[in-house]
Amino acid sequence: MSENVKHIEVHRDDEAAKLGMWLFIFTELLLFGGLFLVYSVFRAKYPANFHEGSLELSVTIGAINTIALLFSSMTIAMALTAMQKNNKKLAMQLIAITLLMATVFLFNKYIEWSAKFEHGLYPGSPLMPHLDRGHLLYFSLYFFMTGLHALHIIVGMVLLSVCFFRVRNGGIHSKKYVQLENGALYWHLVDLIWIFLFPLLYLIT
Amino acid sequence: MTETKKIEYVSYLDRQGEYKGIFSWIFTLDHKRIGLMYLYAIMVLFFVGAIMGLLMRVELIAPGETIMKAQTYNGLFTVHGIIMIFMVVIPGLSVIFGNFFLPILIGAKDVAFPKLNRLSFWIYITGCILAISTQFLKKGPPDTGWSFYAPYSTTTGTNVIMATFAAFVLGFSSILTGLNFIVTIHQMRAPGMKFFNMPLFSWAIYATAWTQLLATPIIGITLLMLIAERLFGIGFFNPALGGDPVLFQHLFWIYSHPAVYIMILPALGVISEIIPTFCQKKIYGYKAIAFSSIAIAGVGFLVWGHHMFTSGMSDQARWFFSLLTFLVAVPSAIKVFNWLATMYKGSIDLKPPFLYALAFIFLFTIGGTTGLLLGSVATNVQVHDTAFVVAHFHYIIFGGMGFAFFGAIHYWLPKMYGRMYNMKRATIAWGINFVGFNLLYFPQFILGFEGVPRRYYDYLPQFQTGQVISTIGGFILIAGLILMVINLVQGARHGEIAPANPWQGSTLEWQIPSPPSLENFDEAPVIKKNPYDYK
Repeated sequence: MSENVKHIEVHRDDEAAKLGMWLFIFTELLLFGGLFLVYSVFRAKYPANFHEGSLELSVTIGAINTIALLFSSMTIAMALTAMQKNNKKLAMQLIAITLLMATVFLFNKYIEWSAKFEHGLYPGSPLMPHLDRGHLLYFSLYFFMTGLHALHIIVGMVLLSVCFFRVRNGGIHSKKYVQLENGALYWHLVDLIWIFLFPLLYLIT
Repeated sequence: MTETKKIEYVSYLDRQGEYKGIFSWIFTLDHKRIGLMYLYAIMVLFFVGAIMGLLMRVELIAPGETIMKAQTYNGLFTVHGIIMIFMVVIPGLSVIFGNFFLPILIGAKDVAFPKLNRLSFWIYITGCILAISTQFLKKGPPDTGWSFYAPYSTTTGTNVIMATFAAFVLGFSSILTGLNFIVTIHQMRAPGMKFFNMPLFSWAIYATAWTQLLATPIIGITLLMLIAERLFGIGFFNPALGGDPVLFQHLFWIYSHPAVYIMILPALGVISEIIPTFCQKKIYGYKAIAFSSIAIAGVGFLVWGHHMFTSGMSDQARWFFSLLTFLVAVPSAIKVFNWLATMYKGSIDLKPPFLYALAFIFLFTIGGTTGLLLGSVATNVQVHDTAFVVAHFHYIIFGGMGFAFFGAIHYWLPKMYGRMYNMKRATIAWGINFVGFNLLYFPQFILGFEGVPRRYYDYLPQFQTGQVISTIGGFILIAGLILMVINLVQGARHGEIAPANPWQGSTLEWQIPSPPSLENFDEAPVIKKNPYDYK
């Protein structure tokens, strides 16, 4: 009898895990979708202020960050392929490069944010209520959107770090890599959202 | 395998796993035990919310201050709304009966992600604790109403941040549950169980899960914006900073209208299970009912504007939202017609689950048709924000989802616990509930039409008759509910041993022993082409 009442047999279904991740990515897109909606409403209401606001951001730093994220998306995809081909060492190196790119992104974000803080352009600052309304909303949106995105970068970094150690101790291998695949999917999502944020905040003037 | 099973059968309730006692519940991965834990949590919260409702009714028994201060009243209706909506009816049927029966109905051993399921439960409990703590924290319970309308919610001194954060956490749990159920239905169906062999409750859960998944993130981001608004003054919803309070209403209702379908769709599914069983007849229009669930979920996304006819919208937007609101009534009506057609010439057995289903159809029809009154722009302007809306909403959600819930627990309790409750007492409790419910809420239609606003602490003396009838109905209803719960608890603990299939049901859950074993199906289930093949 005791044999029959053991655990539920370990049920492994990689298809299900991937489907679940895709559904979760849907919800993340909708989360940002709400913000894009708010952005478009206020952009339509205050086009001139949004124009001025975007001039105060550095397109160079934004572009460097975009390249860093696009490059990291490539390296994580390569890490997955390396894992499928059972090249453990290469996979670990590529995950490490991805994490490095993420750190570069966050470092640049830190530089950008602290410059804005120095100028008093942050929600709740004494200066903000004296700005034009559209200007104020632009910077509120800027901090809210990039802040939420940076939070996602950090979550993605945690996921990929877990993957890194699981690859190292053999938890992820060439026959079982769905966790790395899902981590990579999440990382692509983080990248994709930035691909929308960059033009909305920096390029459209 | 079959030999050992004959020697000893262990149900999921008696099974000893690696954890003992209470930890075998806290750490359980079994969808049935998680379903039961949700049941206990939600029953407790339901009674907390119901007592709050009763206190409000007592306050309204006479004009002026009766038993509490106005600010207490504001806190009560807000927390009553938050508890009942975010913790009782939105999860309600889908986390309890969806968890317990969805895998069984599709011939699966568990949900697709058992660990995620356990995580959603504990996130849910965290959200509940956060929300209830707002009652006791220093600044007092939120007084914004459950809808947290800006700009008041951005300025009031009460615990709005904690309450909205609780709603955010509960939403996260809801998303994870929905995600789990979608993947379960896609990946875990038993071999031979095609989509159109699934019982209709699974279809309803499927439609609900998609709505949970796609709508909830919007309220999530909205509540985050509200929290940021309060903490940092980001100004999105504050006109003084250039923001737009109507934008908050849009974002809020983009979620909260589909949320009404998250509440009611599983209820429609339950009724579609109960009616064929107690008529011993094949359900009429299986595909029409299945597709109407999907249609309600789909169109339900596009009607949120009917909550805002008086908030400032263009005329085009108003007639368009009104038209869509009328459209969403069509699939609901299709279901009602199909249920009635199923009963026609069936061998009807008036057992308590079926009585609750009948009460559901009656109350849901009243709630639905008064919803059309609210959906047409002209009458909406007249009755907007009056007691009429309160009555309509409670007819749909309490009369609809609530009575379907009671029907479901009476229908499935013998399967969940392997014991039967007292039929006679259950029938008496049903009668009391039905009478009490109508006494409680019907007068509010009339009061609303005469102009009594909702959420008001006081009223003019000429409205007292209606208010008194309503309060009396409240006491009758709570008495009926207490009788019902006592009967169910006694039945579950000491009732007669129930046979595996007490109602001669034909869906899969009735083909396995009561209570089910850990893996539900010790032998591979036989999948029928039509889940309701009675004749």
